[in-house]
Amino acid sequence: MSLFFIVALPFFGALLPGLMNSAGRSSCAGVTFTVSLAAFIGLLTNLPTVLAGGTVMAQIDWMPALGLNFTLMLDGLGFFFAFLILGIGMLIIAYGRQYLSREDHMGEFFTYLLLFQGAMVGIVLSDNILLLLVFWELTSLSSFLLIGYWKHLPEGRQGARMALAVTGMGGLAMIGGMLILGQIVGSYDLSVILQNREMIQADPMYVPALILILLGCFTKSAQFPFHFWLPHAMAAPTPVSAYLHSATMVKAGIFLMARMWPVLSGTPEWFVIVTTAGLITMVLGAVIALFKHDLKALLAFSTVSHLGLITMLLGTGTAFGAMAAVFHILNHATFKAALFMSAGIIDHEAHTRDIRRLGGLRKLMPVTFVIATLAALSMAGIPFLNGFLSKEMMLEEANHTVLFDTWWFVPALAVIGSLFSAAYCFRFISHTFLGPVRDDYPAKPHDPPAGMWLPPAILVVLVVVIGCAPFLVQDFVFLVAKAVIGGVEPLEVKYIKIWHGLVPALYMSIAAVVGGLIVLLLFKPLLKLWDAAPRPEAKVIFEWIVETAAAGARALIHPIHNGSFTRYAAVGSAAIIVAGYYAWVTGTVDEATREMQAPSAVTIAGWLMLVAATGALVLLHRNRFFSLILIGIVGLMVSVGFIFFSAPDLAMTQFTVEVVTIILLLLALNFLPKTTPVESSLLRRVRDAGVGVVGGLATFALSYHYLLRDAVATPISEYHLANSYKGGGGTNVVNVILVDFRGFDTYGEIIVLGIAALLIYALTETLLNSKVRARLLNRTPDQPRAGDMHPMMMVVLTRVIMPVVLMVGFYIFLRGHNEPGGGFIAGLVVSIGVVMQYMASGFAWTSQRLRYPYHGVIGAGVLIAGLTGIGSWFVGKPFLTSDFTYVRIPPFEKFELATAALFDLGVFLAVVGAVMLSLESFSRLARRAHTPDTEHPMDIDPSRDDPPKTVGASGGPV
Amino acid sequence: MEFLVASAIGVMTAGGLYLVLRLRTFPVILGISLLTYAVNVFLFASGRLTVGAPPVLVDGVETYTDPLPQALVLTAIVISFGMTAVVVMIALGSFLGADDDHVDDQPEEDEDDAQAEGQQ
Repeated sequence: MSLFFIVALPFFGALLPGLMNSAGRSSCAGVTFTVSLAAFIGLLTNLPTVLAGGTVMAQIDWMPALGLNFTLMLDGLGFFFAFLILGIGMLIIAYGRQYLSREDHMGEFFTYLLLFQGAMVGIVLSDNILLLLVFWELTSLSSFLLIGYWKHLPEGRQGARMALAVTGMGGLAMIGGMLILGQIVGSYDLSVILQNREMIQADPMYVPALILILLGCFTKSAQFPFHFWLPHAMAAPTPVSAYLHSATMVKAGIFLMARMWPVLSGTPEWFVIVTTAGLITMVLGAVIALFKHDLKALLAFSTVSHLGLITMLLGTGTAFGAMAAVFHILNHATFKAALFMSAGIIDHEAHTRDIRRLGGLRKLMPVTFVIATLAALSMAGIPFLNGFLSKEMMLEEANHTVLFDTWWFVPALAVIGSLFSAAYCFRFISHTFLGPVRDDYPAKPHDPPAGMWLPPAILVVLVVVIGCAPFLVQDFVFLVAKAVIGGVEPLEVKYIKIWHGLVPALYMSIAAVVGGLIVLLLFKPLLKLWDAAPRPEAKVIFEWIVETAAAGARALIHPIHNGSFTRYAAVGSAAIIVAGYYAWVTGTVDEATREMQAPSAVTIAGWLMLVAATGALVLLHRNRFFSLILIGIVGLMVSVGFIFFSAPDLAMTQFTVEVVTIILLLLALNFLPKTTPVESSLLRRVRDAGVGVVGGLATFALSYHYLLRDAVATPISEYHLANSYKGGGGTNVVNVILVDFRGFDTYGEIIVLGIAALLIYALTETLLNSKVRARLLNRTPDQPRAGDMHPMMMVVLTRVIMPVVLMVGFYIFLRGHNEPGGGFIAGLVVSIGVVMQYMASGFAWTSQRLRYPYHGVIGAGVLIAGLTGIGSWFVGKPFLTSDFTYVRIPPFEKFELATAALFDLGVFLAVVGAVMLSLESFSRLARRAHTPDTEHPMDIDPSRDDPPKTVGASGGPV
Repeated sequence: MEFLVASAIGVMTAGGLYLVLRLRTFPVILGISLLTYAVNVFLFASGRLTVGAPPVLVDGVETYTDPLPQALVLTAIVISFGMTAVVVMIALGSFLGADDDHVDDQPEEDEDDAQAEGQQ
């Protein structure tokens, strides 16, 4: 199966559990299992190639210009990890089916799980490191959802937040590291990067890149000092913990270190950082684990410790270390998943995970006892179980590793780590299962149904089989180790054996196990000592850091961002003016190249009106109604200016928009105060006038300057003029640009317009559902009401005009392609026609006659425009490619049919819908109690027998 | 002519800026409208000024106006209507919710403001 399918299957499969949720828990789990199984089988189909030493590749160009391609690669290492992720994933799913209770939303759980699985598989199969980063962040996000799955538990939420903060931060650092790495090599493909060891290690940017990448790996794999998030992540449901701790999340960092091993390892920096971090983590995790009373906490810290062990092995930079690391990853995944599942079983059956309340369970839960004990003994490093083999290899490797010029340093710490590791395993077994049967368990424990113990049992069988017959997996481990090493160092074939003879590692191992037993016997006094000892709590430190950072941000932002819009506007304007001034004085000013055109008398008159209206608006803005008239004059003069300067399309648009804007502001003024009080001091007004004058002068100077000069480069408009008729089939170049050349822009713009209208609608709805509603219904208008709300003259006029307006709109729409006009203008014209009906007969009367809700009109418009664009796909052209032809239907003249007209229809509908929805929303606010809605189109009608009930009453909408 | 257009842009900008710096919502909205005119004319003028050119392609005519700024300004006009409508709605909502049409947060009425925001 193609690698794409293996990665895509979990992602697409993630849709299924949610859909199957109502079909029952078994089918929900079943479909999830099937998805994983399909991906697993797909992976296995590639096994022959991998076993033959080959690499499977798959590539789709995504953004080749950025070096970001969807390139996947499957070699031994990738196969190994994908095998673990999918294989253990299936067991987790089967286990999760039994584990989750009826209150848990199973579909949601399995959706998150599959998303996570897909992201993990993506990481291990990525060839492009940018792609790998995308999957890397996806694991952070999806693990956040998984850890916080029990949203009602504060620990779950806190643990999820902490995991996201720590791993997300590491991910950010890693992005930096990966980018540097890509810059050094000149390619973002792993297959290329891995070939350039010398080039990378000789580069001065090697150390920064290494540190940044390691930050990502260490945070993900919970290495000291970032180890603290992992134990808190165990607030997740146990299947999640088992999955995250054994095969996935924390192994991602390990995977990346292994993947990058050929190019990053072998330098002193790598050796010191990675080995030290690994050693500290191993010892620290093991010591803390011993004193944890919560079974899952114990296991969580044991994971931290074992991750440290693997990191340490990768840090040594030798081929043998890499092989030991690979082997231990396999072994750890098997016994740790089994242990977590056992802990989950105990929690599920005994209703507690507190080791102090357990004991004697071997008689009550014999099956669980066998499974958990074998897995724990393997973790402790007891012969004939797989943990023993890799631990021996670790001790062997530690024996040859010299850190800080002290020969005993690494071996001693390795033994201490193993000793505590053995100790907590023994504690896990003896304090949970051994001892007398108690009678105070929160619930009477017994073995769970087979569905729950079978998954860990399968893993424990593997633990024993590998432990007794290591030669079965030996070749596979060699293969994976070779993929890790990548030919940097020769891998001498050292057979994995149970008995190596009387080597130092054996003595170290014996010392660790015996020491572990002694520690267990001394557990009580040691625990007292531990409880008495002061020790820093990582969670407290973490929260202190977060709090301090947040307080710092607040202290910085609150004084600046103090809620004064006026201040922001003043500072913003001043900053823009200063920046513009700087650009002006540092730029060059050429001589004027254009002749100034002589102004005509009409132009001067228009200019005078505009300037006078603007000046009057500033002076008289306190009278709000009057200022509406003044701004109307300004808008009108601007429209006239557009006509004068040969832009009739703009003039028509500006003019119609002007009308609807004024109506809108009038509607708003219905509620707002009618005057603006004098509040600001004279000084402040002078200051504001200063800002205004300087800003005005600046724009004047800039406009005047460029109006007298030709464009620096040839405008692309030449192309539009030349191709408008030939390519777009229209002589109105402006319209052809809108619906054809830049159709995609227009498409975006009508969507924005629709969203704005929907936003207004939503705000109105919210307002009408709040306490404002009562106030609106009961308000007394502050203006005298007209006696005749819906005058007959106006009603008759608007009715007569309506068809005319519609025809004009239709005409403007149709001619748009070749003459000034088009969908935008037609939409505005038709809207005005409809608004007039509202004005004449009132909101209630008109909306009763509304057949198509405006939301639908907006949607239809966007849909038509979009479908027109998609239509070009069917003829193999890019989105929104237009086509046109000329047809002649007698007795009409020959006319043009263009797909652009269909697109323009979408524009038209969207504009009508958006304008009408906005205005309608405003007028909805105006409905009041005590004023019945109008029943008739007009209040006075001589021919009517039933006089309206509201004669003489006042009020009502516009 | 160029002087007239440039000075009109300047005057509208100056008036718009002054009104934007007022303390109540309504003059600020008027100011934004004025600024919108100024910006639209400014963008339009970037195609330079042409008087009396045919608005559509006609055989035998060489001089046309620059159609690209026109197309861009056309959509800008329509979008600015949408923006004005949203801003007016927000101003109206805050006024109806808190009975106050100041654009700045009023320190002594923090609680009311918070409620008004909650209602929007």
